[in-house]
Amino acid sequence: MGVLDLLSRWPVLRQLLRGDLTALGETAMTERSRELQPRTARADRVVKSVCPYCAVGCGQDIYVKDERIIDIEGDTDSPVSRGRLCPKGSATFQLVTGTHRVQHVLYRRPGGTEWERLPLERAMEMVAERVKHTRDTTWEDTDVNGLNVQRTLGIAHLGGATLDNEENYLIKKLFTSLGIVQVENQARI
Amino acid sequence: MSRKGFFTDSTTCIGCKACEVACKQWNQLPDDGFHFTGMSYDQTGDLGCSTWRHVAFVERPVPLPGHTTGVGDFSWLMVSDVCKHCQRAGCLEACPTGAIVRTEFDTVYVQPDVCNGCGYCVTACPFGVIDRRPDDGRAWKCTLCYDRLGDGMTPACAKACPTESIVYGDLDVLHERAENRVRELHEQGIISAYLYGKDAANQPGTGGLNAFFLLVDKPEVYNLPPDPVVPTMKAREAWSAVALGALGMAAVAVGAVLLGRRGSP
Amino acid sequence: MPGLGITLGRGGATTFQQDLRNSDCILIQGSNMAECHPVGFQWVMEAKARGATIIHVDPRFTRTSAMANQHVPIRVGSDIAFLGGLVRYVLEHERYFKEYVTHYTNAANLLREDFQDTEDLDGLFSGFVPEENKYDVTSWGYEGIEGPTPAAGHKELYSEPGAGEGESQSTRITEAPKDFTLQHPRCVFQVLRRHFQRYTPAIVAKVCGVPEEQFLKVAEALCANSGRERTTALCYAVGWTQHSVGVQYIRTATILQLLLGNIGRPGGGILALRGHSSIQGSTDIPTLFNLLPGYLPMPSAQPSPHLDDYLKSHTSGTGWWSNFPKYVVSLLKAWFGDAATKENEYGFRHLPRLTGNHSHMQTVADMADGRVRGYFVMGENPAVGSMNGALQRKGLRQLDWLVVRDFTLIETAEFWRTAPEIQRGDVKPEDIRTEVFFFPAAAHTEKDGSFTNTQRMLQWHHAAVEPREDVRSELHFIFHLGRRLKALYADSGETKDQALRELTWDYPTKGTHEEPSAEAVLREINGYTIKEGQPVSGFTALKDDGTTACGCWIYSGAYADGVNQAARRKPGHEQTWVAPEWGWAWPANRRILYNRASADPEGRPWSERKKYVWWDDARRRWTGEDVPDFIVDLPPDYRPPPGASGVEALAGDNPFIMQADGKAWLYAPAGMMDGPLPAHYEPMESPVKNALYGQQCNPTRLEWPRRGNPYHRAWGDPRYPFILTTYRLTEHHTAGGMSRWLSWLSELQPEQFCEVSPELARERGLSNGGWATLRTARGDLECRVLVTERLRPLKLNGTSVHQVGIPYHWGVTGRIRGDGANELLPFVADANVDIQESKALTCDVVEGRQATRARAATGATQPALPEGLELHRRDSLRAGEVDHVPWQEKKKDEER
Repeated sequence: MGVLDLLSRWPVLRQLLRGDLTALGETAMTERSRELQPRTARADRVVKSVCPYCAVGCGQDIYVKDERIIDIEGDTDSPVSRGRLCPKGSATFQLVTGTHRVQHVLYRRPGGTEWERLPLERAMEMVAERVKHTRDTTWEDTDVNGLNVQRTLGIAHLGGATLDNEENYLIKKLFTSLGIVQVENQARI
Repeated sequence: MSRKGFFTDSTTCIGCKACEVACKQWNQLPDDGFHFTGMSYDQTGDLGCSTWRHVAFVERPVPLPGHTTGVGDFSWLMVSDVCKHCQRAGCLEACPTGAIVRTEFDTVYVQPDVCNGCGYCVTACPFGVIDRRPDDGRAWKCTLCYDRLGDGMTPACAKACPTESIVYGDLDVLHERAENRVRELHEQGIISAYLYGKDAANQPGTGGLNAFFLLVDKPEVYNLPPDPVVPTMKAREAWSAVALGALGMAAVAVGAVLLGRRGSP
Repeated sequence: MPGLGITLGRGGATTFQQDLRNSDCILIQGSNMAECHPVGFQWVMEAKARGATIIHVDPRFTRTSAMANQHVPIRVGSDIAFLGGLVRYVLEHERYFKEYVTHYTNAANLLREDFQDTEDLDGLFSGFVPEENKYDVTSWGYEGIEGPTPAAGHKELYSEPGAGEGESQSTRITEAPKDFTLQHPRCVFQVLRRHFQRYTPAIVAKVCGVPEEQFLKVAEALCANSGRERTTALCYAVGWTQHSVGVQYIRTATILQLLLGNIGRPGGGILALRGHSSIQGSTDIPTLFNLLPGYLPMPSAQPSPHLDDYLKSHTSGTGWWSNFPKYVVSLLKAWFGDAATKENEYGFRHLPRLTGNHSHMQTVADMADGRVRGYFVMGENPAVGSMNGALQRKGLRQLDWLVVRDFTLIETAEFWRTAPEIQRGDVKPEDIRTEVFFFPAAAHTEKDGSFTNTQRMLQWHHAAVEPREDVRSELHFIFHLGRRLKALYADSGETKDQALRELTWDYPTKGTHEEPSAEAVLREINGYTIKEGQPVSGFTALKDDGTTACGCWIYSGAYADGVNQAARRKPGHEQTWVAPEWGWAWPANRRILYNRASADPEGRPWSERKKYVWWDDARRRWTGEDVPDFIVDLPPDYRPPPGASGVEALAGDNPFIMQADGKAWLYAPAGMMDGPLPAHYEPMESPVKNALYGQQCNPTRLEWPRRGNPYHRAWGDPRYPFILTTYRLTEHHTAGGMSRWLSWLSELQPEQFCEVSPELARERGLSNGGWATLRTARGDLECRVLVTERLRPLKLNGTSVHQVGIPYHWGVTGRIRGDGANELLPFVADANVDIQESKALTCDVVEGRQATRARAATGATQPALPEGLELHRRDSLRAGEVDHVPWQEKKKDEER
């Protein structure tokens, strides 16, 4: 560090040079303050998204750095929301990055009093087995009136209003092919 | 750099609190506790070290002209409060460490890397805005998103506000917008609409607020001081008095010396 | 959404949020828009800034009311009386838009001579079958039309009385007799006038508690802001739908908007405000029992299981639904691929059949009776969010296995450990045999996919980051579950497994998690040609000969040209105000539906100010701001030749192309379960007797009269003297799974509370900030008290009635906890869509923390009616305590 450089950092000199007589402005600023940047400026990419709460459909910009989300805010390009978000939409960052999110499959055995961990693959296998068993044991070719029904009333599904169209499509497609008719969600309006 | 600020119009505030959350999100602030206050829909109470935007809810037995209700003479007022970024900022003038600075945007910013938590600023704020955080002791308040402004971004609260109740921009532009809005409301019969803290003429005690408000009732109704005065406003007089006193003392001392000399053998 | 579907043709909002800025008046009712859709509310604020009149009709003075020029408090459950009053006002004062009504609605159609109205039958329409609590709808038809009238938008009347049962449908509806002078005593217009005759301002005051001058002010504002030069918009949400007469609320509103000429025009329309990110999408591509994608009906058990008969039953002779077979065959081709051939009826016979109601509440009742073994719950929290929570949990306890997919351990996942009945010791976890699998779900930031928002617009969200650990998308879960099941059944030769074995299930996957490609799924939904495998441009390219596949015909076009149209993001400020290049709206990217009606019968804009879509005679096509919702080159003066069928039977001045007759239905000759016209019925539990008719409640409502689901006296129950309504807050979301775990939202509304008027607080000794206990026959809860002037007792017929409000977001787990409001609610539903009645019931309120947390579903009994009091009859044709036996219960009795 040269003498000149050192000299230029001398507050009194800076104050005089800038005319900041009360020294309440830039003179008093630290290096951190002077170099302050929004964290979004460091993002590797901005991903376009949609708010997951209500059905207004506000646009969201997801800022990602090192494969982690560092900020979520409104997308000013959206003709619907024009960059604005409500408190829930503004809390999306906490919703998706919060510590409340469970990261592992959990299992509660019949009569159990605690959760247990289960590998994902094993859990998927167990669910598939249970679907098959229940379906096979509750299958109806015909109903009480002898009419062809080709179904099971032993399995039911609830959910969809918070899911993607593509997910609802696969749910309806798979479950219908399995003969499951009790497929429902909250969209009863 | 032009002077920047907030114009907060209470008549378009829907009390959604998006500003509170957008602020917490951007600044990664902790919660303020989980207490039911019984004060209408206000559960966060006031501004503090970790709540830098706060929406006040006022249920009052007074009708708003142009609005009819079926619940009698009644209106529900809402407004989002924030650090005022005063022209004569008490906190800034009281800060002995240089932690609080006026930025190139004419806003008041606390540098967390300098603040030593002395707390002088807390008592110097006529609005009770700046507050020390119990864990680290340092003083915190709205930064007017100083980090965002440098990059040309809108402060988080103003960006999120669904109804443009909070508008950020050049003060000149905001002043014009605000005055037009007051005129418009007066034309609609809401003659009680006025600007709070727009400039020094409007609020001499602070020299005007960079974050000013449009209100339709007395400031106290919104929990704002009617006539805020920055404590340091009296500093010049105080210092003059001190200077005068010092001069007098000096005169007395000199006189005494001279007299003493004279009186010496 | 049959309220809109039956009346106009499609079950979706007729307009889009940004269009509200063009409104001259906005009536918000059954919605607390500023609180529940704050960002959408900016368009209301913009309209207000431009001088529009904003009216909010709501039991409570809310944050929406605070912004409204006029707030009108109304008794919950009485909106049909209010809206009916408006309909009457418009008719009696000749304020309807005559040209619009005459040409674009079925006002001129003549009805059959044997139709009888509620005026004739004291609250019932002709055709009621008391033994079944159902209508035979035959007598509701148009004169001169034999057989059923095909209804659009809600094609579920298969096997219902008078619905045709497989007979071919009429092709002559467009030629049904009409009186364009609207004077014939049996024309729809005159029937409508007589029907609403008794909905006078005095009756509105008596039933709704709305003083006459307030009602008249609303009526005048709507009339003054409708017509050629001006338009009024209506916004509603679940405040209108969650009633045992919910669908008819929407029907009344739609009738009003049609009479005022506000449908299909800028600044007009009806905006259904939906509360979940893709709730519209989950109806369009339904996770609903009674529908297949694109509002095709699920087949029901019929003597003939054949595709031909199904197609015959549902294909309309005229109008757009004459294309029905194209959509069905294309769907079957999408699902069963090469295995679907003409010879095997495209696999239609594999589809499971309905035998009545398989809705959520019926499923849970069956579950509680031990008839359901396995349950998937994805992104819902019925233990908190569905009515009669204790009965929901009783159902969960009877299961063999339960799969819950969510972000965190919501109440439904932990029903065996944290539920109120467990905490109280009524049920021991050790005794619950249900096996529970909890799978952590990916957030929208971790997966690709589309949401369909409240204005029918698909918007794509791109995965920003990979989900961590075991976190996966539902797409991943269902795809891999399907793969495993296909493997398990690979060697089966049984017929029952054929559908699964032949199901097309070969979506490409990517990444270490083998995440299926959501774009590939969207491509299938859009549809493609079988031979070339090319995406089709839209539903007009679909065929009924097996040469095209399409997963959801109304979404056809969302992947036109092989481009993900839902992912389009041309900035709004670089487009017209309609912003057609942002996302993609069904159908065919139309933003205002029925926009042909924005022009007069000759195709000219009604006014320069309200210009939107019009006929360009030089170019011989419709043009304007939006994609015309019409046959684009069909001139306004086109008249179909006699005997025309299909789409060719629509005339150039028939804007409602989904309807068999091209007209909006003021009167619904078919399609509704509970009447061709709306009538005011009291909620299942009410403080008052029905002031309009001898029939107290909707005669076709669904009840579940069981020990765990007791009802109060029909009206005037001294044990439960107050009205209770439930609602949302801005600061929380639904059952709390996406808000009660977040500190930033939790601190904004940390505790369960009820809102009461100062008068009720005085009467019951409640203090602001203190505690209260709310009780119904189902259970009780404790909450904080907010005493507020925003709620006032209403004067009904001279007596004072108190309303209590309570948000429903709280449950027993999460960052903040509280008693759930749905613990208080019974199972009772509308018969059209099986929607619960959660907005209007009765309750008791006492001071302090006195909850026992005993639940009817775990054996608690309610206090007896005071000596000398008897239960009231809800139905005029039947007697007895449980005077209404839905068919499900009857069937159950028979089975025993």
